[in-house]
Amino acid sequence: MAEIVIRNLRKEFGAFTAVQGSSFTIRDGEFFMLLGPSGCGKTTTLRMIAGLELPTSGQILIDGEDVSQRPASQRDIAMVFQMFALYPHLNVRRNISYPLVSQGMPRAQVQAKVAEVARILGIESILDKPVGGLSGGDRQRVALGRAIVRQPKAFMMDEPLGALDAEFREHMSEELRALHDRMKATTVYVTHDQLEAMQMGDKIVVMNHGVVEQFGTPQDIYDHPATLFVADFIGSPSMNFLAFEGHAAAGATSVSLGDTAMALPELQEAATGSLVLGVRPEHVALSDASPYRGRVIATEYLGTTQIVTLTTAHGQIKARTAASQIAHPGETVGLALNPRTLSLFDATTGRALRTAANAGVHHG
Amino acid sequence: MSAYSITEPSKASKWVAGILVTLYMVITLLPLAWIISTGFKTGPDSISYPPKVIFSPSIEGYVNLFTDRTRATPEQLATMPPPDNFVDEIVQRRGEVVTGPSRFGERFLNSIIIGFGSTALSIVLGTLAAYAFSRFKVPLKDDLLFFILSTRMMPPIAVAIPIFLMYRQLGLSDTHLGMILLYTGVNISLAVWLLKGFIDEIPREYEEAALIDGYTRFQAFRKVVLPQAATGIASTAIFCLIFAWNEYAFAVLLTSGNAQTAPPFIPTIIGVGGQDWPAVAAGATLFLLPVMIFTILLRKHLLRGITFGAVRK
Ligand SMILES: Nc1ncnc2c1ncn2[C@@H]1O[C@H](COP(=O)(O)OP(=O)(O)OP(=O)(O)O)[C@@H](O)[C@H]1O
Ligand SMILES: [Mg+2]
Repeated sequence: MAEIVIRNLRKEFGAFTAVQGSSFTIRDGEFFMLLGPSGCGKTTTLRMIAGLELPTSGQILIDGEDVSQRPASQRDIAMVFQMFALYPHLNVRRNISYPLVSQGMPRAQVQAKVAEVARILGIESILDKPVGGLSGGDRQRVALGRAIVRQPKAFMMDEPLGALDAEFREHMSEELRALHDRMKATTVYVTHDQLEAMQMGDKIVVMNHGVVEQFGTPQDIYDHPATLFVADFIGSPSMNFLAFEGHAAAGATSVSLGDTAMALPELQEAATGSLVLGVRPEHVALSDASPYRGRVIATEYLGTTQIVTLTTAHGQIKARTAASQIAHPGETVGLALNPRTLSLFDATTGRALRTAANAGVHHG
Repeated sequence: MSAYSITEPSKASKWVAGILVTLYMVITLLPLAWIISTGFKTGPDSISYPPKVIFSPSIEGYVNLFTDRTRATPEQLATMPPPDNFVDEIVQRRGEVVTGPSRFGERFLNSIIIGFGSTALSIVLGTLAAYAFSRFKVPLKDDLLFFILSTRMMPPIAVAIPIFLMYRQLGLSDTHLGMILLYTGVNISLAVWLLKGFIDEIPREYEEAALIDGYTRFQAFRKVVLPQAATGIASTAIFCLIFAWNEYAFAVLLTSGNAQTAPPFIPTIIGVGGQDWPAVAAGATLFLLPVMIFTILLRKHLLRGITFGAVRK
């Protein structure tokens, strides 16, 4: 198992830059998520770590050793592809044993290893079947089997659940996470599904247009988004943004939103001009005592909670409240924002201002 | 239901279809059947009028095909020991003696060496080139592919004279190597284009999985790409073999003594001692066999290959 360090990694395809100077560290045994919208360079980053694509510049260190320019076969990394890429001309057993045969392992030992992996994954009964007729879930398990049988330094998984239907995804993602917890293998997992990333990952890198926007634990990324992009991408419904013109002073504990002073964590830097106050829907409470007002335009009932959509002087806002809270469309109510969880962004750079709350958060 | 909906075909239309297919089969197979049966006729039977459909079979044609003979006077025949094998018996009954084996066996072997040799070379070069075009960044890829295709745009015989002169200069005239190179040159464009289509259909992930599993690029090609391209390779090989096997014009022009193939040889049989139709028919029958056997052996792959990868995914 291994620690993987990525330093200023860059990849150009002709005139197009797919990855622009990424840096992050994947600790030994971590379940690490590469998250971002389609086309942001996740697969390219993963393929560079695996050695299927050579970086234009930058470094990849596996256990302190620079492997940036080494071919895939010399990196001792296993990969699960999105479409599984099981060898169609081989049966399940031979698919799983393929990586071992390449190392010249003796037959008896190969058989023992395959049997062990099959037991872990619960696929003993299909070992002698051709891979052609397998169900999606079984293909997934065989692909995993082929990856774990070799005990490589790290696993790369490119949207391994993407080909499965929603119900089964849930089940497989739990199985995957359980497998990881048992094996403690460094795993890099690509997904564009923010829920999947939040549920499964120890750490998340959020990418956009080839740029690392933020790198941290799911909690950090959810509570203290480093940029407007991350704030918008993570969470469902996503963070509310109240845009305003104004000034925020270093050391201040509130900003003026029109006539209302909004309390927030102590600011550690100043900004003037177009600012954006960000607040998660669950941190907006309907409270008649609050001076900040909004008019209810819709409610969406979700069982235990409801989403209330309101208009304010600074744009639309969604609040997640208890389902029992009464809110009628057309009504004007007071809105209380939980001060400890507010983020303040500079709209021109898209960056979150440093505060006492997000001081330890890594920017890309 | 309207008359146009898809239903189980009626009895009548099944009959009509059956009759049409049978008719087509008869039309295409009749000449073949005639050739094969002529090969087993005697000389007089083969040219009798009206033509004989029922006849007593003889292997005279095959004996003539494989032997050179000369006429002998009755006195000469009388001095000879009685024939001790069926070949001498058949020949002497007609007042002839065998002077030696004919060159047919040699020509047939030439056809096999040149046909299969050029097919193998086209496939090896074609597969490697197609793989490179399919997977790597090749400078001027599109232009190169078009150039390769363009070599097939004129009939090969149009360049017969320059090739004739070049081959004489290079000492390739009338050599096996020369003919193998020539047929490979003609076939390679077809091979590259067909095989590139097949290899394009094989997802890259398979090879990448093999690379990550610790195989080198060439091992991945051999163990992962080749087995999956088997269909394409089989059908391409059949196309290449059919061309090289049947080629006549260059064979007449460039070969005579040493590397002559069967197609230019078979017509010469006719001139040896009158019009020996049974021997010609016997030669033609034997000539059909290798391609037929090769195609039957690869039939399973060919049928899958005809869909050009459409079955995958
Ligand atoms: N071999 C290549 N040549 C040229 N451009 C490429 C190549 N591979 C990827 N790209 C481009 O690089 C960008 C990033 O691609 P990448 O596959 O890494 O995205 P991704 O984040 O994995 O997206 P998705 O979620 O759609 O899989 C895309 O715009 C893609 O078109
Ligand atoms: Mg991708």
